[in-house]
Amino acid sequence: MQTLTQRLANPTRFMELSARLLPWFVAASAILLVYGLYLSFFDSPPDYQQGETVRIMYIHVPCAWLSMMIYGLIALSSFGLLVFRHPLADVSAKAAAPLGAAFTFLALVTGSLWGKPMWGTYWVWDARLTSVLLLFFLYLGLIALRSALEDEGAAAKLTALLALVGVTLLPIIKFSVNWWNTLHQPSTDFGATVDPSMRLPLLVMALAFTLMFFAMHLKAMRNEILRRRAKALRTQVIMGRDRLAAQGAAE
Amino acid sequence: MTRVWALLHRDLRLAVREGGAIGTALGFFLVVVSLMPLGLGPDLNLLARIAAGILWIALLLAALLSLNRIFEADYEDGTLDVLATGPLPLELVSAIKALAHWITTGIPLAILAPVLGILLNLDLNAYPVLVGTTLVGTPAVSFLGAVGAALTMKTRRGGLLLALIVLPLYVPTLIFGISAVSASAGPSGAGSSFLILAAVSLVTMVLGPVAAAAALRIQIQ
Amino acid sequence: MQLIAEDLVIDRGSRRVIEGLSFAVRQGEALVLTGANGIGKTTLLRTLAGFIRPFRGSVRLDGGDPELSVGEQAHAIGHTNAVKTSLTVLENASFWNAYLGPDAPSRARVDAALRHFGLEELGEFPAAYLSAGQKRRLGLSRLLVAGRPLWLLDEPTASLDAASSERLVAAVDAHTATGGIAVIATHLPLGLERAQTLDLAAQRIAA
Repeated sequence: MQTLTQRLANPTRFMELSARLLPWFVAASAILLVYGLYLSFFDSPPDYQQGETVRIMYIHVPCAWLSMMIYGLIALSSFGLLVFRHPLADVSAKAAAPLGAAFTFLALVTGSLWGKPMWGTYWVWDARLTSVLLLFFLYLGLIALRSALEDEGAAAKLTALLALVGVTLLPIIKFSVNWWNTLHQPSTDFGATVDPSMRLPLLVMALAFTLMFFAMHLKAMRNEILRRRAKALRTQVIMGRDRLAAQGAAE
Repeated sequence: MTRVWALLHRDLRLAVREGGAIGTALGFFLVVVSLMPLGLGPDLNLLARIAAGILWIALLLAALLSLNRIFEADYEDGTLDVLATGPLPLELVSAIKALAHWITTGIPLAILAPVLGILLNLDLNAYPVLVGTTLVGTPAVSFLGAVGAALTMKTRRGGLLLALIVLPLYVPTLIFGISAVSASAGPSGAGSSFLILAAVSLVTMVLGPVAAAAALRIQIQ
Repeated sequence: MQLIAEDLVIDRGSRRVIEGLSFAVRQGEALVLTGANGIGKTTLLRTLAGFIRPFRGSVRLDGGDPELSVGEQAHAIGHTNAVKTSLTVLENASFWNAYLGPDAPSRARVDAALRHFGLEELGEFPAAYLSAGQKRRLGLSRLLVAGRPLWLLDEPTASLDAASSERLVAAVDAHTATGGIAVIATHLPLGLERAQTLDLAAQRIAA
C-alpha cells in the first residue's frame, strides 16, 4: 500500500494528474482574475488620500504575497529533496524559482509605481520595499547557482541547500532591515488599515494570482519533466549508437 | 587536537606563502576607501558621517575577494578528497578552513580599518568600536562565505557568483556593524547593535560549517 | 580482515557503469583492476572509498574497525596528488602524517616514507619545483604516513619511471605482507606478489 505522497512522487502519475488538474486551475484563475479586475477597477472606491492610484495595490499586494509564498514553496521543496529525496521536489523547486523572481520583480515595479504619487519619487528605501529587493536577490542567487553548475543532480541539491540557508537567514535579514529603517527614519506605516470595501477585491485578486501561479507552476513542472525525459532519451540514443559502433569495430 | 592544529597551521602557512591573498585584500580595501572621497567630494563632515558605512562595505568586498579559494584550491589538487576520508568530520574541516580565512583576512582588515578611518575623518571616539565591530563581525563574513565558496566550488567564474549569492546574506552583519559604530556616538551607545552583531556571528559560526560540509559532500563524487 | 563488495550497481550521470559486481579481497592480498578506458575502474575505486553511493549493493570491510566506514579505513590515491606546491616536500609529508597518521606525528615515519620513494634528498625542496614523477611519488608517500589498512590506487604508476614503479610495487608487497589490502587500477602489469586480477570487462576474477 503506497501512501499518497509516494503515489504522487511518481512522475508518470504526476503527469496524468496534472494534465487533468491544469485546465481547472487555468479556468478558475481566469474567472477570478476577470472578476477581481472588475472589482478593483470599477467596483471599489478611490482612496480618500491616494485617489485612483490605490488600485495599484490590487496588483502589488498579491505579487508581494506570492513573492514570499513561492520562496516558502521552494524552501519546502528543497527540504523534500534533501531529506526525503522526493523525485518531484527538485522539479517543483526549479520550476518555481523563475516564477518567484518574476512576481517579486512585479512587486518591486508596482510598489515603486504606487510610491511615486505618495512619496514623489519612484524609489524610497522603505523597510518593506528593501526586504522585497533583498528577496529578489536571493531568487537571482538561486537561479544563477543552478545555471552555473553542469551536473544537474548536484545543481539540484546545491540549489536546495542554498534555498534552505536563505530561508534560515531570511528572518534575521528582515529583522535587520526593520532595525536599519527605524534607525534612519521614523516608520511611515501607510495602508495599515484597509477599508472593508477594498478588502473583497484584494482577497479575490490574491486568490486569482495564487491560482494563476499554481497553474503556471504545474505547467512549468510538466515542461521540466518532459525536458528531462527528452534528455534521457537523447543519451540513450547516443549510447546505443556508441555500442553499435563498438560492435561494428569488433566485427 | 593535533589534527585540528595541523590543518589550521597548514592553511595559515599556505596563506602566508601564497602571500598575495592577504596583501591583495588589504590593497583593495585601501583603494576602495580612497576612491570614495573622489566620488563623493572631499567634504569632511559628509565623510565623517558616512565613514562607518564606507569602511564596512569596503571591508566586506575585500574579504569577499579571497573567499572563493577556500575550497577551490583543495578541490583542484585532490586534497579535498583526502580530507573527506580523513579523521575529522567535514563540518570541522570547513570550520577550520573558515577560521583560517578569518585569521588571515578578517583580522588584518579589522586592524587596517581604523587607519583608513583617518582618511575619512572618522570620529576618534568611534575607533575602539570600529575595531571591535569589525573583529566581531568578520567571522560571519568568513563562515557564511565558506558556505558560498563550497556551493560555487565547481563553477567557472565562481568569484562573481559567490558575491551574488552571499552579499544579500551579509546584510544583517553590515547593518548591525555600521549601526554599532554610528550609535556609539549617540546617547544610547553601541550596546544592543554590538550584541546582535555578535549573535549573528555566533549563529553563522555554528550553521555555516554544517551547510558548507553538506555542499562539499554533494560535490565530492 | 576481508574487503567484500556485494552485488554492486553503480550509475554515473544517467549511465549504468557497473552492473551486479561482487568480489572479495582477503587480508594480505592485492586486487588488480583491469579493463579499457571508461569501463569504470575509477568509478569502482571511488565507490570503495565512499565518495560515490552505489545505486544498489554494499561494500564492507569484515574484521575492520566497526566504528569507521570503509572509506575512513582506506587511503585512496586518485589522479591528483594532493600536493601543495607552495610547501616543501617535507612540509607536505609532515602535514599528512600529523593529519592522517594513526598515532602522534612522527618524524621517523615521515623520513621513512620519503626515503622509500627516493625523496629523502629533496626534503627542503619546494614542491613547485618537483617533476611530475616526483610529485607522484610525494603523493604516494602519503600511503606510508597515513597507515591505513586498505589502499585504493588509481593508475598509481602514471608518470613514474621503471625504478619508481618498482618502489611502489615493493611498498604494496610490504603492505600486503603485513596484512594490508590493496585494490589497484592499472594498465601495466605490475608483477605484485599475492595479487588477483579483476577484469572489469568480464567482471570475473582470475588468479
